[in-house]
Amino acid sequence: MTEAPELDFQPPDGLQPVLTGLRERFEDAIREVSGHRGEVVVELERDRLVEVCTWLRDHEAARFRMLASITGIDYLKYDDRPERLCADYNLYSFDHNLRIRLKVRVTTEDPHIPSVTGVWPGANFPEREAYDFFGIRFDGHPNLVRIAMPEDWKGYPQRKDYPLGGVDVEYIGAHIPPPDTRRYKGGWTST
Amino acid sequence: MSELEVPVVQPGEAHDLPPASAAERVSVNERRVHQVVAMGGGDWAEVTARAAAEGQDDVMIINMGPQHPSTHGVLRLVVELKGEEVINLQPVVGYLHTGIEKSAEFRTWVQGVTFVTRMDYLAPIFNETAYCLAVEKLLGIEPPPRATALRVLMMELNRISSHLVWLATTGLELGALSIMLYGFREREEILDILEDVTGLRMNHAWVRPAGVSQDLPDGTEDKIRAFVRDMRAKADEYETLLTNNPIWLERTKGIGHLSLDELIGLSTTGPMLRAAGLDHDLRKAEPYCGYEQYEFSVPTATGSDVYARYQVRLAEMRESLRIVEQVLDTLPGGPVMSEDPKIGWPAKLALGPDGLGNSPAHVQHIMGESMEALIHHFKQVTEGIKVPRGEVYVPIESPRGELGYHVISDGGNLPYRVHVRDPSFVNLQTGTPMSIGLLVADVIAAMSSIDPVLGGVDR
Repeated sequence: MTEAPELDFQPPDGLQPVLTGLRERFEDAIREVSGHRGEVVVELERDRLVEVCTWLRDHEAARFRMLASITGIDYLKYDDRPERLCADYNLYSFDHNLRIRLKVRVTTEDPHIPSVTGVWPGANFPEREAYDFFGIRFDGHPNLVRIAMPEDWKGYPQRKDYPLGGVDVEYIGAHIPPPDTRRYKGGWTST
Repeated sequence: MSELEVPVVQPGEAHDLPPASAAERVSVNERRVHQVVAMGGGDWAEVTARAAAEGQDDVMIINMGPQHPSTHGVLRLVVELKGEEVINLQPVVGYLHTGIEKSAEFRTWVQGVTFVTRMDYLAPIFNETAYCLAVEKLLGIEPPPRATALRVLMMELNRISSHLVWLATTGLELGALSIMLYGFREREEILDILEDVTGLRMNHAWVRPAGVSQDLPDGTEDKIRAFVRDMRAKADEYETLLTNNPIWLERTKGIGHLSLDELIGLSTTGPMLRAAGLDHDLRKAEPYCGYEQYEFSVPTATGSDVYARYQVRLAEMRESLRIVEQVLDTLPGGPVMSEDPKIGWPAKLALGPDGLGNSPAHVQHIMGESMEALIHHFKQVTEGIKVPRGEVYVPIESPRGELGYHVISDGGNLPYRVHVRDPSFVNLQTGTPMSIGLLVADVIAAMSSIDPVLGGVDR
C-alpha cells in the first residue's frame, strides 16, 4: 500500500486507517490530501461532504465525534483557483485522540455547501459565522442568519475584496487610505 | 392587541415619534409610554410571528439583555416564557463584534498579539500564547525553554484568575455576595502579579512570537510562592462557604443538566465537558508548552449540572496551583526571546529613570557597535518578520475549553487569515437545550455555568 503519497510528512499512525478507509470508500469524493506541519487536510467534493462526515463520525477507526471548528477562508489572493471560498472543518476524535481537517471550496457565484448540522449539531454557530463573514450558504442549516454583524448588513466583511474604506480627516483635505493600500502592505516601500 | 391604536415603530425609527393629539402638553417621555417599540434582530421576528400564528396568548417573549447585569457583558437572550417556565431560549450575540480577525490581517505578525489579547479578556495570556504557538508552528521554531516555562506559569495564574471571576460573578448572580467579594479579592492579587510581570492588568501583549517580551522582575517568584500558599487556604474557604451550603446546593444541583453525548454533539469543551465525567484536557491529550513534564490531574465530576461545573472549576484552581509551584521549582535559565536576529524581537527593555524603554546596553549595541544589529532592529520593528506560507491550527486548553487558532500565512509579513475558535462562542450553543424547562431564575445559573466571555464570543 502506498501510504499517503501526496503528503510530504508522515501523518500520525492512528490516521493511516482513516485515510486508507476514506480513499477506498470515497475515492471520487476526495480532491486532494495535503497537509502542513503535521496536520492532515482532506479536500472534498461538496456533494459528498455530509456522507463523508457521517462516515468519519461513526466509523470504528475514526470516531470523529466532535466538530471542533469551522473556519471560513477566502483564498482570493492566496492561489488562482476559481473556487475561492472555503469552509475548513476541524474534527476531533476523543476515542483515538486524532485531528483531521476537511476542506470544501466553492465559488462566489455558487457559494452553496451542505450543512453538517445534521451530523454535528455543534455546527450551528460556526456555520452561521462562516455565512456571516464569507457568504457561504450552508444548505439545510436550521437558522442561517447573521450572527455577529447586524441583520441588515450588506456584504460579507471578511472576504478579501470587501471594500475597507478610508477615513477623511479634517486637515487640508487629507485622507487616510484603507489599510490594504497603505504602503507597508507586502513590505516596506518608499512610495 | 388593545383597542387603543398603538403605533408600531420599527427598529431604527424610534426617534420618529408619532404625532400625539396633545403633543404640546405631554412630554416626550410620556408619549413614549403610548408607543410600542418593535424589537428586532436575531430570531425576534420569527419567534413573535410563530407565537402569533399559533395563538399562544399565554406565551411571553422577553429580551434578557443585552444590558443585564447577569448576562456577562452583552449577551442577549430571547426567552419564551409560559408563566415562569422557559419554553425556548435563543442566545443572540454580536453586540461586541469588533472585527479583530479582519483587523489582524492588516497588522504585522507581532502586532497581532495586541489584537488577540483583547478577545477573551479574562484569559488574555491564553489568547496570546495560542496565537504565538500558531505563528511559531508556521515558522517551525521553538521558543527558548525559559519562555515556554514562563508562559505555562502565567497561563496557570491566569486560569485561576479567570475561574475566580467565574466563581465571583456566579455567586453574585445566585445571591452569594460574600463569594463575590472573596473572588475578586484574590483575583486582584493575581492581577498584581500579572502587572508586575507584564506591565498591565489585562491586554498584556506579553507573549510574543518566539518568546515573551520580558523576564520576571526581581522578587516576583517569592510573591508568586506566597500567593500560592495563601490561595490554597482561600480555596478551602470557598469550599466551606459553598460546597455544603444548602442555598447554594438548592440553586445549582440538577440545574442545567446535559448528557455527555449532547455536550460532545454541541462541540462543548472545557470544564463543562469534564463536569459530565469525560477527563478530556488538551494539556494531557495534545500537550503543548511542555505540559507533559508537570504533574497534575484532570478533575472531573459526574453531575453535569451547575454544581458539578463549580466542583470542576474549584478543583482546577488547585491543580493550577500545583503546576505553578512545579514551574517555579524547575524554571530553566537562559533567554526569554529567540536570539535568531531574523525572528526574535530585538528590543531589550529596561527600567530607566524616565520609565520603561530600550535598555542602554541595547541602544549602545545597535547605535555604536553593530550596523547589522541596527538593520535587524529597524527591519523587525518597521516591516516585521516574514512567516513561511502555510496553514496551521493550534488548540490549547483555555479556562473555558478548546481555544484554537487557525492561522494562514501567504509568506508575507502580515497574516493572511487568523480565525479563532473561541470556546465561549461554541459553548454558548448549549444555552438553548440547557435552559428549556427551567425557571427564569435558574436560567441565570445555567447560562452562568457556561462561563461565556462576550469579548471572545463576538471578537
